[in-house]
Amino acid sequence: MPMNPTRKRRLVIVLLILAAATIATVLVVVALQNNMNYLLTPSQVQSGQASGYKTFRLGGMVKAGSIQRSNDSLKVTFTVVDAGGAMPVEYTGILPDLFRDNQSVIATGHMDGARFVATEVLAKHDETYMPKELKDAMAKAHAEKPGIENRE
Amino acid sequence: MTPELGQLALILALLLALAQGVLPLIGAWRGNRALMAVARPAAAGQAVFVAFAFGILVWAFLHFDFSVQYVADNSNLELPWYYRIAAVWGAHEGSLLLWIFILNVWTVALAAFSYKLPDVFASRVLAVMGLIAVGFLAFIVFTSDPFGRLLPMPGDGADLNPVLQDPGMAFHPPVLYTGYVGFSVAFAFAIAGLLGGELEQAWVRWARPWTNVAWAFLTLGIVAGSWWAYAELGWGGWWFWDPVENASFMPWLVGAALIHAQAVTEKRGSLRAWTILLSIFAFSLSLLGTFLVRSGVLTSVHAFASDPRRGVFILAFLTIVVGGSLLLYALRAPKVAGGKAFQLLSRETVLLIGNLMFAVAAAMVLLGTLFPLIGDALNLGRISVGPPYFGFLFPLLMLPVVVLMPFGPFLRWGKGESPLLKQILLRVGIAAAACAIVAAFFVDGKLKAIVGVAALAWLGVGVLLYAYKRWRDVPRGRRYPGEMAGMLLAHLGVGVFVAGVLLTESLSVTRDVRMAPGDTQHISGYDFRFDGVHRTTGPNWKADQGVITVTRDSKQIAVMHPQKRTYPRGQVQTESAVDAGVFRDLYVALGEPMDAGNIEGAWALRLYYKPFVRWIWGGGLLMMLGGFVCAADKRFRLKRTADATAPVDLQPQESRA
Repeated sequence: MPMNPTRKRRLVIVLLILAAATIATVLVVVALQNNMNYLLTPSQVQSGQASGYKTFRLGGMVKAGSIQRSNDSLKVTFTVVDAGGAMPVEYTGILPDLFRDNQSVIATGHMDGARFVATEVLAKHDETYMPKELKDAMAKAHAEKPGIENRE
Repeated sequence: MTPELGQLALILALLLALAQGVLPLIGAWRGNRALMAVARPAAAGQAVFVAFAFGILVWAFLHFDFSVQYVADNSNLELPWYYRIAAVWGAHEGSLLLWIFILNVWTVALAAFSYKLPDVFASRVLAVMGLIAVGFLAFIVFTSDPFGRLLPMPGDGADLNPVLQDPGMAFHPPVLYTGYVGFSVAFAFAIAGLLGGELEQAWVRWARPWTNVAWAFLTLGIVAGSWWAYAELGWGGWWFWDPVENASFMPWLVGAALIHAQAVTEKRGSLRAWTILLSIFAFSLSLLGTFLVRSGVLTSVHAFASDPRRGVFILAFLTIVVGGSLLLYALRAPKVAGGKAFQLLSRETVLLIGNLMFAVAAAMVLLGTLFPLIGDALNLGRISVGPPYFGFLFPLLMLPVVVLMPFGPFLRWGKGESPLLKQILLRVGIAAAACAIVAAFFVDGKLKAIVGVAALAWLGVGVLLYAYKRWRDVPRGRRYPGEMAGMLLAHLGVGVFVAGVLLTESLSVTRDVRMAPGDTQHISGYDFRFDGVHRTTGPNWKADQGVITVTRDSKQIAVMHPQKRTYPRGQVQTESAVDAGVFRDLYVALGEPMDAGNIEGAWALRLYYKPFVRWIWGGGLLMMLGGFVCAADKRFRLKRTADATAPVDLQPQESRA
């Protein structure tokens, strides 16, 4: 069937839209893949779930008495714990206002040996609020290791 | 006793909202004038009762009525009166009351100004507003009563979240909500049009200023929120792609598309179905925004309310609104659709491309924001999407919009004229290239900054060229009607905004440092001298206050006082100090003392040099101004409806864009 000009134009437009949609989808998928951050607790990291992720988010509580500041720089080390694990964290910079002992925090960064090097540390927003995802992740870690008392 | 009166007022308002939402619809369907006439008095009565309830809550805050749970949770005896008023919308229940109050203000305005619309159409519009009010009032009455009692009454209340004790935060929610709620008008028009099976161009013209005003308010709200985050959160960032920010940004994007789509529909009658669809999405995303912020369903630094029962209610409400209106759209849109065809090279095409880019950008933001929920549902683990996702895709999607923007106004409706376009392309291209070359010498060849300057030249010269063309071709007095002036201002605002963003991003200097009293840091020509920290007090806080003296070439520029405040409940809040300027901000925030307890020793400090950061908000304010100026155009005042469609087509096409 010969194509009249209108049909031909419509076909071109449809093909262009299809091409644009394909490009957009590919870009979105690539961008998503590169920027997905998983939230893991120390015990999940220690059981090997962090392998394969370059950067991820580490969530848990700041262990009381573990915060140590360097004397001559802004380097801080502290330990993040959950029900069944503990992870030393190193961070250089200014910590959020709410950062203190026994506070739930989410640190973004990567593993360097057995130590987690954070590029960003977020503390929970107020005293009564715990990020839902952190609560869930900790509850899940707790369920995976029965018999250990949950700190929350 | 008084708080119970507030509750009673809300219940009565709910009943009136039901009357306003149901009876006029039946009236419009059956042609019963008496039922249609219920809409206006019911809307007015509902507004009176809601205003009464709102007043009672304000009164309870001002008089420290801690027997009301909400007041006890969000204020205390030391909180100054202005923050006690702001505390009304400082948490979930009160902000919903504010939402419904603003909806009532919009509805009453709509009722008052809609007499010139046909009765059937106006009563349908008001009924849709009434149904929205039913949803929100039911939500308040059944799940979020702001007047719940706390017995026995405590001697003092808790506190308003210190993060919210800031002028910017007092101002931000009402303005933002005015924008969100304002999209309900366009939504009501769309639904009323679908119900009646027709949408006259004259009605769309009447709806346009409402959309523009809503969008302008939303713009102002987002600018205020961004400025507040910059000044208050102590990170010096102005946008974080945080779920709550995204929640307000999605309706803004769709709203920007809607403003332009409505213009096409009103002028040419085309894109009717698309305009209706955008109206539905703009309001649905406003509802989703409320849902995201208030349910705490997504992790966010902003989320200060979380209660799953409420989430379920809003989700059900959202499903009914979105699902119901899309179903209606599927059934009726073909009947409403229509309009003139246009050629490939025409103003409609350019506006449509812009519209598509805005819509895709909104979808992209939506995907990134809701991805954690999707990941959760598919059991992919706890995922969040990092800011680089948005930071990569958003500029990419906006690139065609910025590139095409100067040409839009020069194109004609229906068909194009290519010789003129080549001339414009040549001029804006030369301007952008020249400015980029000059800029390259000043910014050390930093690409982002050069692109920012070039974009400003591209858009700014485009605006100037079109303003000049109007000046030359159109007789005095008709050159810059509100609609035209608003468009020019808003488009210039885009240029200022883009330049501000790119210059700030590429030229900012951030330094986290350890400083002992007397130490000096040298940043971009400025010397920041740390003069130690002392104690100070405010109305309801104590603070460690630092003193930083900034000099340039031995001349004193500013003395800055960043604070670390402690509020009565023990919450700590950083108050950064900003020395603002047109071309640069200096910004200092206190970290913590290096030796805990010794505030007179060395401190961790965060120092910023932020060039052109004000241009970001300046650009936003220009866009807002454009929205208001456009809405003020006299042409949008409705004269008569019966023959209103005819004169539109007879207008000389060049005289009004």
